[in-house]
Amino acid sequence: MSFWTRHQIFEKNSIILIVGILLVIAIGGLVEITPLFYLKSTIEAVDGVRPYTPLELAGRNVYVREGCYLCHSQMIRPLRDEVERYGHFSLAAESMYDHPFQWGSKRTGPDLARVGAKYSDDWHVTHLTNPRAIVPQSVMPGYPFLSATEVDPDTIADHMKTLKAIGTPYTDDQIANAGADMKAQADPDNAGSNAFSKRYAKAVVRNFDGKTGTPTEMDALIAYLQMLGTLVDFKIYNEKANLR
Amino acid sequence: MWFLAACSFERESAMSQPSISKSMTTGESGLAVVFAVTAFLCVIAAAKAVDTPFAFHAALSAAASLAAVFCIVNRYFDRPAALPQAEINGRPNYNMGPIKFSSFMAMFWGIAGFLVGLIIASQLAWPALNFDLPWTSFGRLRPLHTSAVIFAFGGNVLIATSFYVVQKSCRVRLAGDLAPWFVVVGYNFFILIAGTGYLLGVTQSKEYAEPEWYADLWLTIVWVTYLLVFLATLIKRKEPHIFVANWFYLAFIVTIAVLHLGNNPALPVSVFGSKSYVAWGGIQDAMFQWWYGHNAVGFFLTAGFLAIMYYFIPKRAERPIYSYRLSIIHFWALIFLYIWAGPHHLHYTALPDWTQTLGMTFSIMLWMPSWGGMINGLMTLSGAWDKLRTDPVLRMLVVSVAFYGMSTFEGPMMSIKVVNSLSHYTDWTIGHVHSGALGWVGFVSFGALYCLVPWAWNRKGLYSLKLVNWHFWIATLGIVLYISAMWVSGILQGLMWRAYTSLGFLEYSFIETVEAMHPFYIIRAAGGGLFLIGALIMAYNLWMTVRVGEQEVQMPVALQPAE
Repeated sequence: MSFWTRHQIFEKNSIILIVGILLVIAIGGLVEITPLFYLKSTIEAVDGVRPYTPLELAGRNVYVREGCYLCHSQMIRPLRDEVERYGHFSLAAESMYDHPFQWGSKRTGPDLARVGAKYSDDWHVTHLTNPRAIVPQSVMPGYPFLSATEVDPDTIADHMKTLKAIGTPYTDDQIANAGADMKAQADPDNAGSNAFSKRYAKAVVRNFDGKTGTPTEMDALIAYLQMLGTLVDFKIYNEKANLR
Repeated sequence: MWFLAACSFERESAMSQPSISKSMTTGESGLAVVFAVTAFLCVIAAAKAVDTPFAFHAALSAAASLAAVFCIVNRYFDRPAALPQAEINGRPNYNMGPIKFSSFMAMFWGIAGFLVGLIIASQLAWPALNFDLPWTSFGRLRPLHTSAVIFAFGGNVLIATSFYVVQKSCRVRLAGDLAPWFVVVGYNFFILIAGTGYLLGVTQSKEYAEPEWYADLWLTIVWVTYLLVFLATLIKRKEPHIFVANWFYLAFIVTIAVLHLGNNPALPVSVFGSKSYVAWGGIQDAMFQWWYGHNAVGFFLTAGFLAIMYYFIPKRAERPIYSYRLSIIHFWALIFLYIWAGPHHLHYTALPDWTQTLGMTFSIMLWMPSWGGMINGLMTLSGAWDKLRTDPVLRMLVVSVAFYGMSTFEGPMMSIKVVNSLSHYTDWTIGHVHSGALGWVGFVSFGALYCLVPWAWNRKGLYSLKLVNWHFWIATLGIVLYISAMWVSGILQGLMWRAYTSLGFLEYSFIETVEAMHPFYIIRAAGGGLFLIGALIMAYNLWMTVRVGEQEVQMPVALQPAE
């Protein structure tokens, strides 16, 4: 019986055809995806990476909501020009708490993986409100409405609980103080800012948008942008130990 | 299961008529109750919603559920006692209603999607068009554009043609009574929820899988019903063999279900809120995303539309498929190799090298089955090439296959790591996508709709072949402008990013590369505008075909009462 005759079993039986399709399409995905969950070399061993602070998380949600990832990548490739333009190439560990990941696929604007601490908060406020006020040739949309919307310190703990349920290592202490921490990070005069700094290593406490009161989405987004790529100290990072 | 009940009832009633008295089928009463309960639950969800978009969507769903109950009951009172027969005078009584609905929606969403594409292309050339408002900014409109053209336009074309092809090639009426309507209307409701969600900022930010958890759940229900309708029709076929096109449709439906479930598991923050966090994180999420993303291309935009190629080109050319054996190899090789190609979207990222290498290797191998399929499609024209001069619809179909060949050569080339280091993150990718999307998917869809509308509405032919000709040339010119502008801007930007001065400094600041893109963004927008004009001509042509086209007379099925 020739191959072509044998193949008729698929042509004459829809259930066998469907099973055949399922088997054939399962292989590639299983081979490529499953090992990423157990191979130890997948994510580098590195100090400093921590889950987002409540304010940063709210800012990240604004980043996701406004589709920033459609024009800005957060993934510096190990190519000479990229490392010189943006900084050390991105590590897998740096986005391990990102649900979902924000590596992006297009650079209509520059990569943001290490934009943290590169510009002042004032620069960000002006630039986000009207990009062409600072960069005349920019094609970025303006986001003046971020300053007008307050973030919600009451529900942010629910977000952190959800993230904890899917594997982000938030402590009970961090979740219990989420709302207070959110306000504290945007207000250096806040009584809770010392406790906040202890809960989140390297977190920056500043009045990001320069206005008092409940933090706005502008505060949150800038807090997020200002921490991007700043958690790993590359002066002490052991490159050789993590070669893959 | 209500649809299977409806479907078995249909066969019984066909046998026992005309003596039966009128009563609601299990499907009708069951579905009406389900929608009534859904409406009630949606009202509660709207009242308890923690954010405005969720409240809006819950209210919309409540209204839609009530409308569904009304439609089901209304249809029951309007219909004759017996459900439509499976056969009339020994000929299958094909179900054209859902096909007509999907064809209409395809044209509607197509124009909407092309228009939003033109708007966002213009925003990149003239950023003032963002108007600094949340719901008109590029970041929210771009997913609206991609979803509208891929899932709304392309999806409706696929559902309409698959329901047509499976009936015709199996020589049986579509399985189910309400089930096919549930699929077409339910799918378009998913589009509505997804699209309005983007404008309101509801997104999980996974490209081409942006809708949030509740839209994903709804799509799962609709998609499983779609699979069941398609499969049940295949199972009751009157032909011993399953026609080639149906293999591709089946692979498309099954694989999209697998991809959708694999990429989207998420935990909502509140069951009364729109926000959720996807279960996968970081590198695993990236890999899942592009396993999904590339196979949305491979199975939605390729396998599904190859099914269209395998039915509509032989039909229109009145020639058999060039090689049956080639189609067997094409089918299995394509679906096996495609699923591996995802990591080429993640070259030089933090994804481990071994995964990148696998992705690149399989992407290059993928060139072979792709061109095998192209050859099978083009060679079907053997002995009928002269028809290209007289039939602009066939010309559109054939040119679509040529574009398919071009972009399936370009794709493997761009998946080579050294090429990708230049092309990735630039407009070259956008150009590549659009040569496939406008040239292949767009043209094969247009060709299929130009065939399908006269067939489904029982018309002798199109209102005007001359207008098809205009559509063809205007759209082709649009595509050429679009993709050549993106090739130049993409390669230019890639080269500017890596340019060094003789002293070893980076030659250009980032913003200088943005500025250099401006003229190409204008050309691209012009190309997109032409493509939109072509689609408007098409919509007019199809509208007139339905309104004033001459009835086809030799088919007695035309005497059937309208559904």
